[in-house]
Amino acid sequence: MQYMILIHSEPMDGPNPGEPGFEDTMAPWMAYNQKLIDGGHYVAADQLQGIETATTIRRAYGAGDTIVDGPFAETKEHLGGFYIVEAKDLDEALALAAEVPIPAGSLEVRPVVPS
Amino acid sequence: MPDNSEAVTRLAREESAHVLALLAHRFGLDIADDAVQDALVEALNWSSVPDNPAAWLYTVARNRAVDRVRRDASAARRLARAAPDLVLAAERNSGSGAHSGNDEEAPEMIDDAHYSGDEHLRLLLLCCHPALGRDTQVALTLRLVGGLTTAEIAAAFLLPEQTLAQRIVRAKRKIRDAGIPLSIPEDLTSRVDALLTVVYLIFNEGYLSRGSGAGARIDLVEEAIRLTITARELLPGNAEVEGLLSLELYARARHDTRFRGDELILLEQQDRTRWDGELIEQANGLLRGALSRLQPGPFQTQAVIARHHATARTAADTDWPAIASAYSVLLAMTGGSPVVALNRAVAVSMADGPDAGLRLLDEVTGLDNYHLYWAARAELLVRAGDADAAAIAFARARELATNTAEQHHLDRRIAELRG
Repeated sequence: MQYMILIHSEPMDGPNPGEPGFEDTMAPWMAYNQKLIDGGHYVAADQLQGIETATTIRRAYGAGDTIVDGPFAETKEHLGGFYIVEAKDLDEALALAAEVPIPAGSLEVRPVVPS
Repeated sequence: MPDNSEAVTRLAREESAHVLALLAHRFGLDIADDAVQDALVEALNWSSVPDNPAAWLYTVARNRAVDRVRRDASAARRLARAAPDLVLAAERNSGSGAHSGNDEEAPEMIDDAHYSGDEHLRLLLLCCHPALGRDTQVALTLRLVGGLTTAEIAAAFLLPEQTLAQRIVRAKRKIRDAGIPLSIPEDLTSRVDALLTVVYLIFNEGYLSRGSGAGARIDLVEEAIRLTITARELLPGNAEVEGLLSLELYARARHDTRFRGDELILLEQQDRTRWDGELIEQANGLLRGALSRLQPGPFQTQAVIARHHATARTAADTDWPAIASAYSVLLAMTGGSPVVALNRAVAVSMADGPDAGLRLLDEVTGLDNYHLYWAARAELLVRAGDADAAAIAFARARELATNTAEQHHLDRRIAELRG
């Protein structure tokens, strides 16, 4: 089964690529990615640009679409990235999600409907 | 038609979980549950009760499950001829643990006495999976492990049957669609904790129902005891399981003296000669065994407190200093639970006087809407001689109490205070 791990966390103000400390910040993520690949769990993953780049299409039952600036809801934690992993059941997917190296936040695990 | 409903109820309560556990492993939970329900309905038409009802239930339910899988398979074949593209998707969809069609295994007859229990434990742990909400865990455990009907569970928890049925359907759907496994996790401790909490909630609901309507309730106390006995068989040597069982037996031993008509009788006024001495002895033995394992836990500690009450010959003989110190241990184990802090304050007031208890009560926070906090406070104020403050606290408790027996008790206390 495939599961999507949605990473909800506070915006991280880390160093940018090329700046000192960048490699250190990325190390646990690279290690985690490699672990997923080695275990045959990796399907897809990406980090998202910050919430200031978000644009939302709002739709209300036949009233037509409104395009608005910003994420759909202002919250302290926002969707920052995701993984899609291959796992044999929810317990394995939860175990994989628990290793995502964010210091604080929440990890939502949802099964993907097979296409 | 002969009336087999009693035998069928017994079959549902005592054997359906075993059968369901075996079949769930082979057919998936959904199909297995439907098959067992179908077989139980069929059992109502027995012309006579079979020699081995458990084996009968297993065979009939298994045949129903096989029929269902065959029906699904032939529907899939028809679909395959009509729309080959769709079938690929459907096959991928159904690959979540359930066995496929033609399984030609010889039917393994179950023999109640020699049942391995492994599947049963899986089923019990599945019902308490952390991905399910606590209410759902309780409902699923009663339904799938306890063999209660949706209507019985709804009546016991004073919920509309529709609400409860939806909760169970949603839970089964989540188990299937989210891929919650029917497997025993490596780290059993957290799941056993959840399991014991669920059983304890069932027990508590039976011990003091949240509302009136006692007539419609099945006996959740008995059901919780039965579930704990099952858990003890499946997890031999677990000190907390033994602790919980002894705690339940102490409470059960005093049960018949707790009410006069529909009024609650407090512990110190109960007729101790009517307590069930045999059950208390049984609980004592269990608790001794549990404590000797040197794996302390909150259920054993609560059982220790219950033992002090159950073995005091008169209310005045109660060893309150020992109870107060057991509550201190429990308070540390539960991370400072306010309800435990409340009980500790009451025990301290019995050991060291009402003022000591009131000082501890003042430190308890978060119980403003808990009727027992106000009732306890009122009793301590009465003993400390502050009738005016006691009356106010009693009134607040009466406002918050929802159980009829407790309401009557509080009404009487308020009247006594006025008189």
